[in-house]
Amino acid sequence: MSRSGVFTSVAAVLLALPAAAQAHLVTSGLGPFYDGALHLLLSPGDLLGLVAAALLAGLRGARAGRLTVIALPMCWLLAGMIGLRLPVAPDLTWLSVLSFMILGVLVAADTRLPAVAAASLGGAYGALHGLLNGTALAAMGAGPSTLFGIVLTVFLLALLTAAAVVPARALWARVAVRVAGSWVVAVGMLMLGWLAQGAA
Amino acid sequence: MSSGKRLDRKPALAALVLIALWPLAALAHLGSGEAGGFLSGLSHPVSGLDHVIAMVAVGLWGAQLGMPALWVLPVAFPMLMAFGGMLGLIGIPLPGVEIGIAVSAVVLGAMVLGQVRLPLFAAVGMVAFFAVFHGHAHGTELEPGQNAMLYSLGFVMATGMLHAAGITGGLIHRWDLGRQALRGAGALVTAGGLYFLWGAVG
Repeated sequence: MSRSGVFTSVAAVLLALPAAAQAHLVTSGLGPFYDGALHLLLSPGDLLGLVAAALLAGLRGARAGRLTVIALPMCWLLAGMIGLRLPVAPDLTWLSVLSFMILGVLVAADTRLPAVAAASLGGAYGALHGLLNGTALAAMGAGPSTLFGIVLTVFLLALLTAAAVVPARALWARVAVRVAGSWVVAVGMLMLGWLAQGAA
Repeated sequence: MSSGKRLDRKPALAALVLIALWPLAALAHLGSGEAGGFLSGLSHPVSGLDHVIAMVAVGLWGAQLGMPALWVLPVAFPMLMAFGGMLGLIGIPLPGVEIGIAVSAVVLGAMVLGQVRLPLFAAVGMVAFFAVFHGHAHGTELEPGQNAMLYSLGFVMATGMLHAAGITGGLIHRWDLGRQALRGAGALVTAGGLYFLWGAVG
């Protein structure tokens, strides 16, 4: 091959190379821990199910609230640590949407689950999103500090939400929680549509 | 290869090498479109008066019917509306969407005007039927570049707020004068629905 042919081939290969994934965390300016905290607060897909899990636990009473507040962040952390070591980031967007929809349905219906079942659902949600967060963080080059920031924010949000709902005895307050659950389901349904359309 | 051909390839080769070696623009960027998507979703339901009057009428009627319709209707409506939106997004057509929305205002306004007390399952069924039309028409209009989830969240929240406004306004039915005023509001909704129906049919 002539020299110009080699150059052409090399240039063509360079042009054809896929660009590295440029996803990155929003920078808080306060280091990776707070970058992680900010990441969660700016991720509505994670927040919806997290809030729904905490609302469900709150509706089911103090014991369910306590168990969920422990199980959800713990599972998030453990799965996140596993995700940080996975070589590939699985695309589980559909599963993610379905997971928060299920929690929303349970909240909207005020389903009378045992405390352990409510906490288990919260833990399962935490495990799924922890795994997704971990693999995404690994792809961005972020490490455990960022994951800790995410998990602490998960803990605080779950704690505050469940604590706000547990003492709610007034009918209107419980109705408001159930309406919030129906909103979560509605957003999930629209998201399924967007995913099917390829717009999300 | 002739020397003439080799000469012709030089500009193309130079351009190719230049593009390959061109420094990439900085790819760091602020998240964009997120707030816009939420605000777009939030403003969409209130930008169409046909949607607004029907949503408010759901709340007014719920307040008139009292428990448990007062909370069942606003819990059921968003889910069925989103179901309608999902049908639209996956390409399942719904004939006469604009007519359906206008009829929803006519019928719901008439329910409030006539203080009609349907059984719960019939009231929920009627509202659910109309909710699908509203979702199909309004839930699918995401502008390019906007965040679909935040758009959906804004859209659902705005609809819920319209219900809440209707329920809050409907609480005046506790007083005699308030009951009459509520029926008057129902008449206005029906009139508005007829206006939109005229436009949709014509």
